[in-house]
Amino acid sequence: MIRRGFVAFGRFWWDFLIGDTPELFVGALVVIGVAFALRHERAAAVVTVPLLIVLVLGLSTYRGRLRRSESTGH
Amino acid sequence: MTSAIILVLAVFAASAVEAVEALTIVVAAGVSRGWRSAFEGVAVALVVLAVIVGAVGVPLVHLVPISVLRVVIGGLLLVLGLGWLRKAILRASGHKALHDEDAIYARTVGELRADATPAGPRRRDAVGFAVAFKGVFLEGMEVVLIVISLGSSDHRLGLAAIGAGAAVVIVAGVGALVARQLSEVPENTLKMGVGIMLVSFGTFWTGEGAGVHWPGSDLAILVLVAFFALVAFVGSVALKRLVPTSVGAGEPAGRSLA
Repeated sequence: MIRRGFVAFGRFWWDFLIGDTPELFVGALVVIGVAFALRHERAAAVVTVPLLIVLVLGLSTYRGRLRRSESTGH
Repeated sequence: MTSAIILVLAVFAASAVEAVEALTIVVAAGVSRGWRSAFEGVAVALVVLAVIVGAVGVPLVHLVPISVLRVVIGGLLLVLGLGWLRKAILRASGHKALHDEDAIYARTVGELRADATPAGPRRRDAVGFAVAFKGVFLEGMEVVLIVISLGSSDHRLGLAAIGAGAAVVIVAGVGALVARQLSEVPENTLKMGVGIMLVSFGTFWTGEGAGVHWPGSDLAILVLVAFFALVAFVGSVALKRLVPTSVGAGEPAGRSLA
């Protein structure tokens, strides 16, 4: 019972954080790393961090679109 | 003050979306297996979720250093928000089927009625209880994550919980009045709005936690909301115009987190 609970808990977090979009998890880690790297360069950080997030979103959205097309033979 | 208003709006909208999805499952369980067990499943799930908020959220606020909390929570909000935004853009541009609550309701009722176990309106029914519990618990977990994330990173856990509670009460009330006209809810628009707000908060808290101080302090959240709203709009339009659609594919059968 307890083991099943842990497995279900682990599966929930795996689905939540990674699931079918691991690039979002990796992208968020990269964003955090860049934010730390640029913390003393305020102007660069406030421009780079949002733009990096847009890049992650764009890549993931395009990847989602491609995967759906491949699955239907488009 | 600005961040408090946006926080309540974000939690309210996210909770409303999840509450609509949970309501679909609860109504399907109630109609096909009896209301008593469905309501019991809902009540137990709500108690478990409240315990999780109290057991996880309150210690987080008091024990974990605020800068660590903001980075971790900022990252979680980014993953969650980007996931919502990505799906909303794919749906708005016609590359993913819209979330159809009527279809989900019909499928759930069909599956529950196909179950041979007898059930009645006044008898306890394990299947109805389990389906209603699971629906409310799984959809509610996402609300709990958002409440804890947004609430604890800004020391406004109570305010976030009130926003979520209000959304659940309003959706339940409206759901009872309109008798499951859930397909009328502009779910994709709401999801896009929530995704924009979660990504904006995630960006803001990740930066603050890492030591990047945003110009204008809390007001930067409004600028980020406007920026990501523009990105989502341009992304949807560009994807619709430049890339041929493949909506016929529909959605995978499994449950998604958004």
